[in-house]
Amino acid sequence: MFPAAFDYRAPTSLDEALSILKQHGDEAKVMAGGQSLIPLLKLRFSRPELVVDIARIPDMNAIKRDDGHVAIGALARHVDIEHSKELAAAAPMMLEAARWIADPLVRNRGTLVGSICHADPAGDWGSVLLALGGDVVARSESGERVIHAPDFFKGPFETALKPDEVVTEVRIPAAAGHSGGAYLKLERRVGDFATAAVAVQVMLEGDRIETAGIGLTAVGPHNIKATHAEQHLRGKAPTDEVIAEAARMAADAAEPKDDVRGSAAYKKDVVRVFVQRGLKSAVARAKEVGA
Amino acid sequence: MKVTMNVNGAARTGDVEPRVLLVDFLRTNLRLTGTHIGCDTSSCGVCTVLVDGEPVKSCTMLAVQATDRSITTVEGLAQGANLSAIQAGFHEEHGLQCGFCTPGMMLVGTSLLDRNPNPTEEEIRWAISGNICRCTGYMNIVKAIQHAAKARAAAAADKPGVPAAAGVAGGGE
Amino acid sequence: MATEVHMHGRIGESIKRKEDARFIRGKGNYLDDIELPGMLHMAILRSPHAHARVKSVDTAAAAAMPGVVAVVTGELMAQHKLAWMPTLSYDTQAVLATDKVRFQGQEVAAVVAETLYEAEDARDAIVVDYEVLPALISPEQAKEAGAVLIRDDKENQQDNHIYHWEAGNQETTQAAFAKADKVVRLHTFYPRCHPAPLETCGCIADVNGATGKATIYMTSQAPHAIRTVFALVTGLPEQNIRVISPDIGGGFGNKVPVYPGYVVATAASLLIGRPVKWVEDRSENLISTGFARDFHMTGDLAVDKSGKMLALRVHLDSDNGAFFADAQPTKFKAGLFHIVTGSYDIPTAHVTADGYYTNKAPGGVAYRCSFRVTEASYLIERLVTNAAIELGMDQAEFRMKNFIRPEQFPYHSATGWVYDSGDYSRAMNVALEQLGYDELRKDVEARRKKGEVTGIGIASFTEVVGAGHGADFDILGLRMFDSAELRVHPTGKALLRMGTKSQGQGHETTFAQIVTEELGIPAADVAVEEGDTDTAPYGLGTYASRSTPVAGAATAMVARKLRDKARKIAAHLLEAAEEDLEWETGKFYVRGSADKAKTIQEIAFAAYTNVPEGMEAGLEGVHYYDPPNMTYPFGTYAVMVDIDRGTGQVKVRRVVAVDDCGVRINPMIVEGQIHGGLAEGYGIAFMELITFDAEGNCIGSNFTDYLLPTAWETPRFELGETVTPSPHHPLGAKGVGESPTVGSPAAYVNAVIDALTPYGVRNIDMPVTSDKVWAALRAAGVNE
Repeated sequence: MFPAAFDYRAPTSLDEALSILKQHGDEAKVMAGGQSLIPLLKLRFSRPELVVDIARIPDMNAIKRDDGHVAIGALARHVDIEHSKELAAAAPMMLEAARWIADPLVRNRGTLVGSICHADPAGDWGSVLLALGGDVVARSESGERVIHAPDFFKGPFETALKPDEVVTEVRIPAAAGHSGGAYLKLERRVGDFATAAVAVQVMLEGDRIETAGIGLTAVGPHNIKATHAEQHLRGKAPTDEVIAEAARMAADAAEPKDDVRGSAAYKKDVVRVFVQRGLKSAVARAKEVGA
Repeated sequence: MKVTMNVNGAARTGDVEPRVLLVDFLRTNLRLTGTHIGCDTSSCGVCTVLVDGEPVKSCTMLAVQATDRSITTVEGLAQGANLSAIQAGFHEEHGLQCGFCTPGMMLVGTSLLDRNPNPTEEEIRWAISGNICRCTGYMNIVKAIQHAAKARAAAAADKPGVPAAAGVAGGGE
Repeated sequence: MATEVHMHGRIGESIKRKEDARFIRGKGNYLDDIELPGMLHMAILRSPHAHARVKSVDTAAAAAMPGVVAVVTGELMAQHKLAWMPTLSYDTQAVLATDKVRFQGQEVAAVVAETLYEAEDARDAIVVDYEVLPALISPEQAKEAGAVLIRDDKENQQDNHIYHWEAGNQETTQAAFAKADKVVRLHTFYPRCHPAPLETCGCIADVNGATGKATIYMTSQAPHAIRTVFALVTGLPEQNIRVISPDIGGGFGNKVPVYPGYVVATAASLLIGRPVKWVEDRSENLISTGFARDFHMTGDLAVDKSGKMLALRVHLDSDNGAFFADAQPTKFKAGLFHIVTGSYDIPTAHVTADGYYTNKAPGGVAYRCSFRVTEASYLIERLVTNAAIELGMDQAEFRMKNFIRPEQFPYHSATGWVYDSGDYSRAMNVALEQLGYDELRKDVEARRKKGEVTGIGIASFTEVVGAGHGADFDILGLRMFDSAELRVHPTGKALLRMGTKSQGQGHETTFAQIVTEELGIPAADVAVEEGDTDTAPYGLGTYASRSTPVAGAATAMVARKLRDKARKIAAHLLEAAEEDLEWETGKFYVRGSADKAKTIQEIAFAAYTNVPEGMEAGLEGVHYYDPPNMTYPFGTYAVMVDIDRGTGQVKVRRVVAVDDCGVRINPMIVEGQIHGGLAEGYGIAFMELITFDAEGNCIGSNFTDYLLPTAWETPRFELGETVTPSPHHPLGAKGVGESPTVGSPAAYVNAVIDALTPYGVRNIDMPVTSDKVWAALRAAGVNE
């Protein structure tokens, strides 16, 4: 249960980290909290030649409000999100989602950015980013680019990142007006990956849904954005029928597989039930804003 | 690679390969065997230590990541011969049977009470939900932490700022 | 003038545990904490295939790697006649594979190196050429005509059948079924699960060439039996073998068998001349060590129209894995399964059992099973609930109507057991009262009308522990007595050594309390030691809830022997006749003159300074106890659940557990055992599973697949008790450690079945996961 040998660098500046990745990106793995990487190293499923530990780069762990969004630094941990005042105001659904990540011990080390870069289709944050319309900021020696969440997740454990890039922060749009969200997860026990989970976010305009975001966890080759369901909701009053139809459409968008956690049919139905419940919660919370 | 960290109040150093896990550094290099290994998928929590006061799985941390950090293991809970309130609580409430998960449970309990001096049962169960126990069914672990909470509150009332401690329990009751 | 010593720790007192001191300081002495000078580390290479011929094992590259001292193969072990070893069920098991591998995870080779890192690195460099064969993953597949022969190494093995075993009376049972008004059948599978103690198995073998002494530190629940088996298998003289079981981080039956790793480490130490440590990873523990259950059972219950049970018929197919390695008494191929008539007065019963080889890890008797009583109790309690449903009777009422009545004890069961004592209705009534059953039933009915899915389940188990009477119970021929050796020192303190071995059950406290009760020496003054075969008297170890029934009895008996000698010394000191002395815990006094007394402490001192002429000095003795019978703890457990219609998730709302284990020595420790077993039962009922795909790949071989409940899911337990002493045990005590794992799974599952009964559901096999419940609901048209 010990990893195979690897070289280790702990750069103390972002420039140093980018320089290392420019040279060694193909054989290297970037590590922040290590809660996804170290288990793989221990089972020898991952055998990188070099581990680049970015935890010593200063000013990368902040969660700060900035110009219409909240920037979550690469080293911000799940527990930091759980207790973030900025996110409690701007995107409270993230605090709810944070509590579903792994277990309390993992949350003290693991990071949101590390989690999305690992890109496990059963990872929770990917769905949250899809529902909230988040952006991923990636830096390399060549410069910086902003990747919209739907373009970031490519496949199982596969992102749009190039080997010489590091994600420096994730940007979450600050909720405007009457917004509300919910994260619902079915797990067999604390710490298990999701059997299925959904992230739901709505913004109301008057008595109608202006925008909706729905992200699905563990029911496809990557986190899934249920765009048809989102479109169905737009401009409509959130009646039981409208919500039920959106939930059915979201279930249709899911592509789960049969496995020990349940049949594909089961997981699709959990998506349907959770989107239904989640939309009702999200609408209720949206109505409460400023009430 | 050279590593330096503070363990239970003392500066400790070592020279280890990057791949050496923190739990192995503690057990093998520092001979602090109170931190245990129970699984290979970061699932059980018996390796729990406090890093800067927060509970983490030391099997899912490299020793090199702990450089310049402050580590507390179970061996650091007692103040000399005086047991901490959490240790006394586990003894008083029969919060342990085989003892293998106990160090981790006590450290999580300590950290919880440092942040939340009067937790509800639900909050306690949530805090220890990353730590598996096979023997106790968790009932008495919850009681042990509640016992410690009361003792700490009483000690704080008597002497603000002084942590609750208990007499030596050595082989008696 | 007698010195007053406070008699703290008598039977019935919940004194705090003496062993806590080291554990709460992180100073436990577990196997992996031990380091010996010059110690090497061993890593085992295991088969990725469930069934394959081993064509070649190439160790050249591995042997050349840094730090490597030796690479051990099956071929090397075969040269020393150690490639195979006997199992506890008179079969043989491969130590390191020679011809074939027969389960995924089977041991193939081992690397011994200066550090564990180097051993694991070198292990990666071993190259094995396999020829994959078809894998059999169930008794159904194993018994098919033309199925591949798994044990082609055994001379007279023609197929994959291991044993056939029967109990009860086929004729009278058949006749009863023919006349029955109703027959209820349940076919159910008790899936493979695993004790998964948090500390894995391991050993340090230190064979010292200079002294000829082999010291083996081992996570073993039965060190003496292991020592004898090692002597027979390795040829090392038994007086030169010392097995030391240090502190053990949980056993639950997982640490009873001899594992190949122990044998390889010992052989390696012998060949190399340095200590060799082997500690398995969790994945190794789950994929290869003693699993539990894997019984396919069909039960038929015959009843008359008034609801009286007439007969029980059970057939089971046992999936034993690739080697028959059940740790159970020799005479009982299916363990004590034939306790299956349980708490009920069933006039006739017939049990048939067939065991099969499959391409899975060997084992089956483990995980607090009382030797297969978990399987039996599950079967009867599920069948009885289903019968109640078929009869339209309340689950509790149907049970009460058929309970064995107090006046029927000692009760001769239809399969040959003699139950010592019991009062099943009383335990049931206490449980129902504590649950508030009548009110709760009304509440359930009211909520069902609103569309909620909710139910109450009951299980009233009787189990059988305390193996056991030597003529009936032996393991590999070693009779299942147990022992206690007690030595009282001049200053009145005592040392008690026993043939059992605690893995967290609190022996250092509980058994000291027996000495306190019998001799009046305070528990704090009684040191209890177990686990070192050089010093502890011979015993068969701790498992199957046998410690209190057998070694506890031995402790009482040896203490009474010492009390007899103490009386003689007291008479001498008091210049009185023995017959004129009265005993009051802790002292002898002259009848009628209470001030003419001698405390046990004064007597102990005198044993070394002033014994009567002709008497041997000292105050010590040993007792080997052969129990006249088993003990039969029992209880009623009741569980209430709510089910989420949308997701099928089950929420356990209440668990009431009423246990009767006779006299409780330390109630606090007894309750702790019950809490733990109820939690394990919860895990078994709802989430624990080892399963296999068609190729024999093991799913459930790590803690992300093999799920253990955390404090968040685990329900709260409300305990109650009744006390019906065992008439034959010196203290009236029965065992209790396994009662909760025996009785609770059926209670949990019965609650779910009760909740789904309105929808026509009669069975869901464990683990009752949310997807299975969802499927049952949807099939019945229940939706959200």
